[in-house]
Amino acid sequence: MGTTGRRRGLTRRQRTRLLANLTGLLVFALLMFPAYWMVATAFKPGRDILRLTPQWFPVNATLANFIDAVGRPFFLEDARNSVVITLSALTISIVVAFLAAVAVARFGFRGRAAFVVIIIAVQMIPLTALIIPLYLLLDKVGQTDTLTGVILTYLILVLPFMVWTLRGFIINVPVELEEAAQIDGCTRFGAFMRVLFPLVAPGLVATSMFGFIQAWSEYIMAYVLLNSQEKQTLSVWLASFTTQRGTDWGPLMAGATLTAIPVVVFFLIVQRNVVTGLTAGAVKG
Amino acid sequence: MCAAVRTEAAAAEPRSRTELVLRRQAPWVRARRGLGPYLLVAPAVIVLVAVLGYPLWTLASLSLQHFGLKELIAHEGRFVGLANYTSIFSDPVFWTVVLRSVAFTVVAVGLTMLLATLIALLLGHVSRPLQVLLTSGLVFIWAIPPVVAVDIWQWMFDFEFGVVNWALTALGAGHFIHHNWFALPLEGFTVITLLVVWGAIPFVSITLFAALAQIPRELVDSAQVDGANGWQVFWSVTTPILKPIFLILISLSIIWDFQVFTQIWVMLNSRPGSGYFTMAVYSFFESFRITQYGLGSAISVVTVLALLVVTFFYVRQMVRIVEAPL
Repeated sequence: MGTTGRRRGLTRRQRTRLLANLTGLLVFALLMFPAYWMVATAFKPGRDILRLTPQWFPVNATLANFIDAVGRPFFLEDARNSVVITLSALTISIVVAFLAAVAVARFGFRGRAAFVVIIIAVQMIPLTALIIPLYLLLDKVGQTDTLTGVILTYLILVLPFMVWTLRGFIINVPVELEEAAQIDGCTRFGAFMRVLFPLVAPGLVATSMFGFIQAWSEYIMAYVLLNSQEKQTLSVWLASFTTQRGTDWGPLMAGATLTAIPVVVFFLIVQRNVVTGLTAGAVKG
Repeated sequence: MCAAVRTEAAAAEPRSRTELVLRRQAPWVRARRGLGPYLLVAPAVIVLVAVLGYPLWTLASLSLQHFGLKELIAHEGRFVGLANYTSIFSDPVFWTVVLRSVAFTVVAVGLTMLLATLIALLLGHVSRPLQVLLTSGLVFIWAIPPVVAVDIWQWMFDFEFGVVNWALTALGAGHFIHHNWFALPLEGFTVITLLVVWGAIPFVSITLFAALAQIPRELVDSAQVDGANGWQVFWSVTTPILKPIFLILISLSIIWDFQVFTQIWVMLNSRPGSGYFTMAVYSFFESFRITQYGLGSAISVVTVLALLVVTFFYVRQMVRIVEAPL
């Protein structure tokens, strides 16, 4: 490539690399700025936020905005609801999804192809289209404004994705391992529990975390189904922050930071697994 | 359920060496006869039918009913045939909304794919530490919940103390101090598009980067030996190999952007003017703001049917990939 490099300080290859690195740094700065601006604002006292010329670093860093946000009405209740809803939906769906994924990855059965197609297609159905019927159906049985209703609807938010990803993780475990265990006297179920399960466990953790992130970030369903402020989730709490009394940017950014922290931490831990799960074999097609 | 699986496995204990060999040769043929797999998928099927299938059926039937406030209280709609559909199709507002949604989707998906492809290619050319830094940054943005993202962009584009107005003025792009970005829907949609594209870039570029890394190095090398330049390599070697993944990413992006709701709704503080109506916002407004659930359902049905075309291509591509190794 760089054999025709000109006789200056740097070869052509080196200059390309330098240019790429500089562009990379610029792209990184541009992409990360909004996130940085949220955190920086969250740590600034009010007078440093409301300035015509922006203050680029929180020089007089303070925790006042965080204390303010946490002390606002319904923050703690809504945070608790977010945890309850997310964990309940997650526990149910991971069990259901794992069983289905084992069936799809390890058994041939009539209707398997149809099931796989449905699992893929279902992820394409806009959630917004389901709000009206889900709201009216839950209203009919008196389950609007209850956490149960939201937990049920969140199953459909995370389940198809989980079946799909877990199937990928299970397929990657060689069947021969289980067969060997069966020859050594394990039952089929025993082989699952002793051989497959430990090998798929990291995949289970990664998938649950991804489901956690989706459920934690969801907004529309919670917004429509939960009316009482003490029953809402953090997403809804955050979205209604502005409308309550003008905009207090400091506490809002602190609240936003607090809402984002759990998912960002989880995501950074699991991203490698999830990306692999999503794209496995994509190029081979 | 576990008990059932165990019984089945126990009942099938091998009795002789020959049978053992037979079983090893054709394990799936044997499994086909059992109840096991059906019991395993049963819970998932029940959830899919109850929380997805039944509501979709309800949506379709609601779209054929008049369902206003009175019907909401009575929990009973009034059948009106295709009246909701004729009503929306003869409504000029509806067609404006369709056009707006399509235009938004085209611009947002186009920008996302372009920028994400450039970033994915860039990731392959930067030094290793920078690669790790950029990837982590992208993942970080990917994880930010939509509502949090909207709040950040609202703050950056605030008319009074927003950093963007200051920066544009400082860069000499004009006088932007106290410029309200949401007075004109076109400017408002510019902000919303930037926000949506910013949120969509990480998934697309990381997926593309992962796919690029799987391209056999020999193909690129041999093309270069034959005298191809960077652009020719990208267009004649990289793009054809990545075509399936491009198709998948474009379909996904179209489906996500066409139904965008949260970004618009929250950005305009739950009170978007009619100039901000997209399909999802329009359907939501008809249903939950002016309690015309029948009309709202009809709009949703049209959206789902329109996206079904895209879904078809997506599913076909995915099934090809899935069925290959099996």
